Amino acid sequence: MDQIFDVFLLEAVLNGILLGGLLALLALGLNLIFGVIDVVWICYAELIMVGMYMIWWMHSGLGLPLALAFVLSIAFVAALGAAMHHFIVRPVLTAEPINQLLVTGGVLFFLQAAATVVFGVEFRNIGVRLPGISIGDMNLSLARLIAFAVAIAAIAATYLFLTRTYVGTAIRAISQDRAIMPLMGVNPSRIYLVTSALGGALAGLAGCLLVLQYDIHPAIGLSFGPITFLICVMGGLGNLIGGFLAAFVFAQFISVGGFMLQLEWGYVLAFLFFIGVMFWKPEGLFARRR
Amino acid sequence: MVKNVGWAVLAALVVAPWLGVGAYPLHLMIMALLWGYIYTSWSIMGRLGMVSFGHGAFLGIGAYGVVLLWNTLGWSPWIGAIVAVAVTLVVATLIGWPCFRFKIVGHYFALVTLALSEVARLLIVALRDTTGGSLGITPKSALTGDATGSLAALQFSNKLVWFYIVLGCWLAALYVWHRVDRSMSRLALEAISEEEDAAASVGIDVSRTKLKVTLLSAAMTCIGGVLYAQYQLYVNPETVSGIGISLQMVFGVIAGGLFVMLGPTVGAVLLLVLSETLRVLVGNQVHGLDLLIYGALLIFFIIYMPRGILGEVLHRLRR
Repeated sequence: MDQIFDVFLLEAVLNGILLGGLLALLALGLNLIFGVIDVVWICYAELIMVGMYMIWWMHSGLGLPLALAFVLSIAFVAALGAAMHHFIVRPVLTAEPINQLLVTGGVLFFLQAAATVVFGVEFRNIGVRLPGISIGDMNLSLARLIAFAVAIAAIAATYLFLTRTYVGTAIRAISQDRAIMPLMGVNPSRIYLVTSALGGALAGLAGCLLVLQYDIHPAIGLSFGPITFLICVMGGLGNLIGGFLAAFVFAQFISVGGFMLQLEWGYVLAFLFFIGVMFWKPEGLFARRR
Repeated sequence: MVKNVGWAVLAALVVAPWLGVGAYPLHLMIMALLWGYIYTSWSIMGRLGMVSFGHGAFLGIGAYGVVLLWNTLGWSPWIGAIVAVAVTLVVATLIGWPCFRFKIVGHYFALVTLALSEVARLLIVALRDTTGGSLGITPKSALTGDATGSLAALQFSNKLVWFYIVLGCWLAALYVWHRVDRSMSRLALEAISEEEDAAASVGIDVSRTKLKVTLLSAAMTCIGGVLYAQYQLYVNPETVSGIGISLQMVFGVIAGGLFVMLGPTVGAVLLLVLSETLRVLVGNQVHGLDLLIYGALLIFFIIYMPRGILGEVLHRLRR
């Protein structure tokens, strides 16, 4: 009896790791935006939702091959990210941080509602069924494994971009000291646009990975949106590595908590853990010294 | 001049139901006043630099508290309300005190309170055997036979009664807003929001002042939840808890005007007019059109009219 318990617990832990990889990808995009531009995109999950709908529309609606739909959707959300920065965030860059939160909150409502108006409230699915993999008594979803692998690869690629390229280094530099950058010959607003596009592209990629596992509906952003920024705050807003680690911690709470009790309790525990962390270390678990 | 107009409008409001407005407009007025009350409650702390995205939790505690205590234990909503307010005060302290002690402000405070509202919503859904989960819950009817109302059960089928109840609460909220506006707490909090350490150095107890206002705002919102549940006679987790309603509260106040007494009420009226107009024009065919416009309006307001409609109007009038 103990043996079976352990195996399923292990399965929950592994699923937690797989979930963690995906959440880490989401956290990366959000942290980049905050670290560089100092704005929290409350609507980040809605960008992912838009990406998922784009894929569904192009593949199931227009009949485009899935791979092409993925690529186009990533490009679309990247452009959406850049546009959002240019038209919506830029005007409030100098206003109170709360105004920035609220303006992206407006985008959240807007995108959710637009999706409802255009696509309706029914759940959509691209109809791709990937098999499960059995390891001993554990069943793991292939879709989740693929999502994990791609997420880790994307995070590694982003890391290389940030450390090995000129633009990437400029992005890291701006997040360290915004005021000095123009003196170094870098145009901050161009960097902000690039970062927004990158954040959007990561969201688009996350959409591709999620669309393989979940049905699409307009409110799906609410399922992982709040979680994503809680993870970022827990890891230290703007701290890319902190967010990465916090994602796995959070995912373990959700997965193992959901396994031991009912599904929602996993989330409740994770949120309560977050609140606890906030009181213990308000700057975040792994915050850099600012 | 403005003051006289204000009194005239108030007088008109008080006699309005007797002027023969139909049941539906009366319902709209009740909803406008109720949400105006709730938004005003939020704004008492919102305008003083503590923007909470978690008031959905307090609304939910009030709404679900009274309904559950009535349905399962038969406790009158009057007692249920007292219990709900007590729970709200405890929760607000548990979240607020550490936040203020550890100087969690701005973004971080907003996100912690957001977590709170989501915890409330998730708890309601998770305890589905008691609360009915996502399907919502209805208080058991206390009206048997020809009875049109029960004071003990706080249920009235006559909308007129509810109109005056809600009108009274709304006026009370405005009065509280006014008192806080005039109080030392308000001055203290403005000093705090400018430079917290300097304020502390002149002897302002930062955490205590913030907590006082937070408790007041939370308790008032909780009562709003009680009223909502008893009037609508149906609540579900989405309408009284969670990030959706919390954001809507914030948006309503911003749209109307955060720093003006009647701003939140104007915001409530605006949102109500918007959703009803769209419902009439477009019917229930196109879901989400009202949210679409809310979202666009919120963006518009934050960028071009951060003072809100009423704030902008008063600002112009003063020049």
